[in-house]
Amino acid sequence: MTWFELNQDLVWDLLGRHARLAIPAVLISVVIAIVLGRIAWRWPRVGSVVLGISSLLYSVPALPLLIVIPVILSVPLRSETNLVIALSVYGTALLAGTAADAFRSVDIRVREAAEAMGHSPTGIFWRVDLPLSLPVLLSGIRVVAVSTVSLVTIGALVGISSLGSLLTDGFQRNIREEVAIGVVGTMLLAMALDLLIVALGAVLTPWQQRTKAGATT
Amino acid sequence: MGIEFSGVSKTYPDGTEAVAEFSCSVPSHRTLALVGTSGSGKTTLMRMVNRMIDPTTGTVLIDGSDVRDLDKVALRRSIGYVPQAGGLLPHRKVIDNVTTVPVLCGTPKAQARADALELLAKVGLDPSLAKRYPGQLSGGQQQRVAVARALAADPNILLMDEPFGAVDPIVRRDLQDQLLALQSELGKTIVLVTHDIDEAFRLGDQVIILRTGGIIAQSGSPQEIVAAPANDFVRDFIGADRAERTLRTVDLDGRQVVVDGDDRPVGVLS
Ligand SMILES: Nc1ncnc2c1ncn2[C@@H]1O[C@H](COP(=O)(O)OP(=O)(O)OP(=O)(O)O)[C@@H](O)[C@H]1O
Ligand SMILES: [Mg+2]
Repeated sequence: MTWFELNQDLVWDLLGRHARLAIPAVLISVVIAIVLGRIAWRWPRVGSVVLGISSLLYSVPALPLLIVIPVILSVPLRSETNLVIALSVYGTALLAGTAADAFRSVDIRVREAAEAMGHSPTGIFWRVDLPLSLPVLLSGIRVVAVSTVSLVTIGALVGISSLGSLLTDGFQRNIREEVAIGVVGTMLLAMALDLLIVALGAVLTPWQQRTKAGATT
Repeated sequence: MGIEFSGVSKTYPDGTEAVAEFSCSVPSHRTLALVGTSGSGKTTLMRMVNRMIDPTTGTVLIDGSDVRDLDKVALRRSIGYVPQAGGLLPHRKVIDNVTTVPVLCGTPKAQARADALELLAKVGLDPSLAKRYPGQLSGGQQQRVAVARALAADPNILLMDEPFGAVDPIVRRDLQDQLLALQSELGKTIVLVTHDIDEAFRLGDQVIILRTGGIIAQSGSPQEIVAAPANDFVRDFIGADRAERTLRTVDLDGRQVVVDGDDRPVGVLS
């Protein structure tokens, strides 16, 4: 009997927990990064300060961050909320600059024509800038998703269960297979999420697929 | 009543004086063509009409009311706008590009789509193109879509900024003919920006030739300008000295043949 066969239920349970930690963190990062990126794009001076602070935050080591967040926001140290907040900080920091670039990538002629046709400023955001910034934005989201999935494992160090628990437990008890499954499982989850985002991107940007394919029917 | 520019100037924040003390009026159902060298303030002037730019001094009136008193978004929806090449929404199908303004104004989608298909035919596009994205069309087809889009909400005024500037001469000619045919049917009040003097003469009832700083070099009908260029700038700009502008007739077997300065025949007097 291998370790995996004996502990299947545990692995699946941890995989589920891992995904439930990573996915909300990615979603929160995307929303906040779009807001910050929009601000940075609209007001470049404020933007350079915001982006500067966010890259500073990205350089804070994970373990201290997990200890500082409960002190500042009074959430329990071992709670999933604590980890999701920490992951969102990193995700946002990683994505905000890309979001600003994404808005800059929108063709100024298209935006001006849309404005001249009578789109309101909110209409421009939802109907023009957001969809047209998707290709650049999605490439950034893929990076954040993969990095978030691998960062989730850090939570195991303070007792927040995920596939990372297999790493800490496996190292402690010297079960190589358990460690290997922790590593491979994390990588597979990251790849699955990446594929999901790519597929979602294809659905959300049909004009790109059709124009690239050069279809003429 | 139409559009009236009354002593408008525009100085950009960086100090560029794009337009100085410009006045002119465009009667309803007529076409004004603004021509001039690059940077002469044509786009700046045109954009004052739909308040994409507010003049530093002076006023722009539409049918007697100052555009400054009108809501920007509502004003823009009421004016058709044909941008330069590349102004279509690349992520929206042709049909959705054309229905943009009617849908923004609250026309039911089905109604707007039916109207749009009709309009596409009117500008010479096959309705089967309606489901394509702009990136799947040629440059000339894209500009036809842009014209259809500008007409979709049946505006009284049409603003066109070098609409055919990026297509080859044969297609351009074709698009110009189409526009002339449409205009004789629809009778919009049009402000057309171009740097092609021949296009201005073909499409404009009134032509204004601008020089740097938005200063009027000459204003008048194409005939008036060709007959009496006001100064050397205009003479140079319209190529008055070019061989093909100096026509004369020669008698050939009793028929009056018109030839240009190089003795090339251009036609026969009827
Ligand atoms: N947003 C701006 N800020 C500063 N200067 C500007 C701005 N827009 C235009 N200008 C300047 O104002 C002048 C007139 O510009 P405008 O775009 O109206 O010219 P144009 O006649 O349309 O030229 P073109 O044929 O090249 O399109 C130019 O000198 C231009 O550099
Ligand atoms: Mg211009």
